[in-house]
Amino acid sequence: MQALGLEVLFKGTNFIRLLGGLGVALKISLLAVLISIPAGILLGTLMTASNPVIRAILRLYLEVMRIMPQLVLLFLVFFGTTRALGWDLSGETSALIVFSLWGTAEMSDLVRGAIISIPKHQYESAAALCLTLPQTYYHIIFPQALRRLLPLSINLITRMIKTTSLILMIGVVEVIKVSQQIIEANRMSSPNAAFGVYLTVLLLYFAACFPISMLARFLEKRAEI
Amino acid sequence: MAFIEIDHLEKTFTSKSGDTEALKDISFSIDKGEIFGVIGLSGAGKSTLVRCINLLEKPSGGRVIIDGKDMLALSERELKIVRRDIGMIFQHFNLLMQRTVLDNVCFPMEIAGVKKKEARVKALTYLEQVGLAEKAAAYPAQLSGGQKQRVAIARVLASKPRILLCDEATSALDPQTTQSILQLLKQINEKYSITMVVITHEMRVVEQICDRVAVLEYGKIVESGRTKDVFESPKTEAARRLIYTRDYNDIMSGGSGI
Repeated sequence: MQALGLEVLFKGTNFIRLLGGLGVALKISLLAVLISIPAGILLGTLMTASNPVIRAILRLYLEVMRIMPQLVLLFLVFFGTTRALGWDLSGETSALIVFSLWGTAEMSDLVRGAIISIPKHQYESAAALCLTLPQTYYHIIFPQALRRLLPLSINLITRMIKTTSLILMIGVVEVIKVSQQIIEANRMSSPNAAFGVYLTVLLLYFAACFPISMLARFLEKRAEI
Repeated sequence: MAFIEIDHLEKTFTSKSGDTEALKDISFSIDKGEIFGVIGLSGAGKSTLVRCINLLEKPSGGRVIIDGKDMLALSERELKIVRRDIGMIFQHFNLLMQRTVLDNVCFPMEIAGVKKKEARVKALTYLEQVGLAEKAAAYPAQLSGGQKQRVAIARVLASKPRILLCDEATSALDPQTTQSILQLLKQINEKYSITMVVITHEMRVVEQICDRVAVLEYGKIVESGRTKDVFESPKTEAARRLIYTRDYNDIMSGGSGI
């Protein structure tokens, strides 16, 4: 116990505080996921459109979001909007904005990939069955694309959860920040606390992401038939 | 009067690397209730031709006249109505994998607004017609290739077509299964008097069910006529080559040739 520095977890409300930090991280990432998935499906479908202007705009958006490190995006939104526009966004709001924009961009590219992987004869047979274009997408293209999308989007969701560890940089007190506070506060009495606390954080992240992986496996099995 | 009339049909694909003339000055007519074969090697333009009949591809020139209606002169809405009369089956069956066999057959009826109960009853009779009633609750993944094509045929029957386009419908199947599917198509042709256009690269398919045949090479019809005549005295090199290929295949598979 002493060697691992686990005893700090039982001091005061430390463990509850860690869970609270995890709660903040999960709240932001899952809200962003809820926004990203439908928005990504919409933009991804538009990316397959034949209109070159729409395609160019979406392409630019995707590239910007993909190339910029998430930390830079967080700084841009949190500090940049204050300086440039005078907005007073809270850290959590900034994080939600960045994660939604980033998630939407990545999701849209996954959706685009899944849609263009559906062979042309699927569209043709839909047309031969007299389906309208919306019916073709709803009955034929999306169900097949979603199956291909499932493992990829689960990957994205877990990545979004893990990347919330960056938001402490804009002052949001999430699980990593709480850990640092606990470790600092007990520097003298439990010099080994860093090990035990970060080990706990590892297990907390695992506990948060594993059910999502399980859900993915369950959904894939169900889609298989 | 001819039921389907193809009149000086042209199709050119335009791309960055230049134009490709897929179909050149194609003209033929098909009578009501006839089974018409179009045979040619890969790349001859067969699939493009069949897609021009139901306007999945828009022809670059010429006319497609079905039952007296000029397909190219129709509005989008009118075209939809005419297209409902034209069924199509494919090499890769194109069933909905997430739906059971029965639901697959129900699908076009649901889209057309038929009540679910009514659609199910009808779907079952069509499944009986193709000999698959006992597989109604199965999923396509649990079926063999021949069974999948039977489901596709039942599905196409459900939309009550007057014309059936078969695009390499037996090309993914082994010889025995091909035989049984061809027999089924023949039965359907007789029972519902559906006019059929059969696209294939296999001479034996033409030989078994087609009344007349057109030989397509490099986007042109090089020979056409009654199947028997084309077989007994092919006039062109292209037709001869296709027939000899068949004999060669027969020898290879232990058959007896002609």
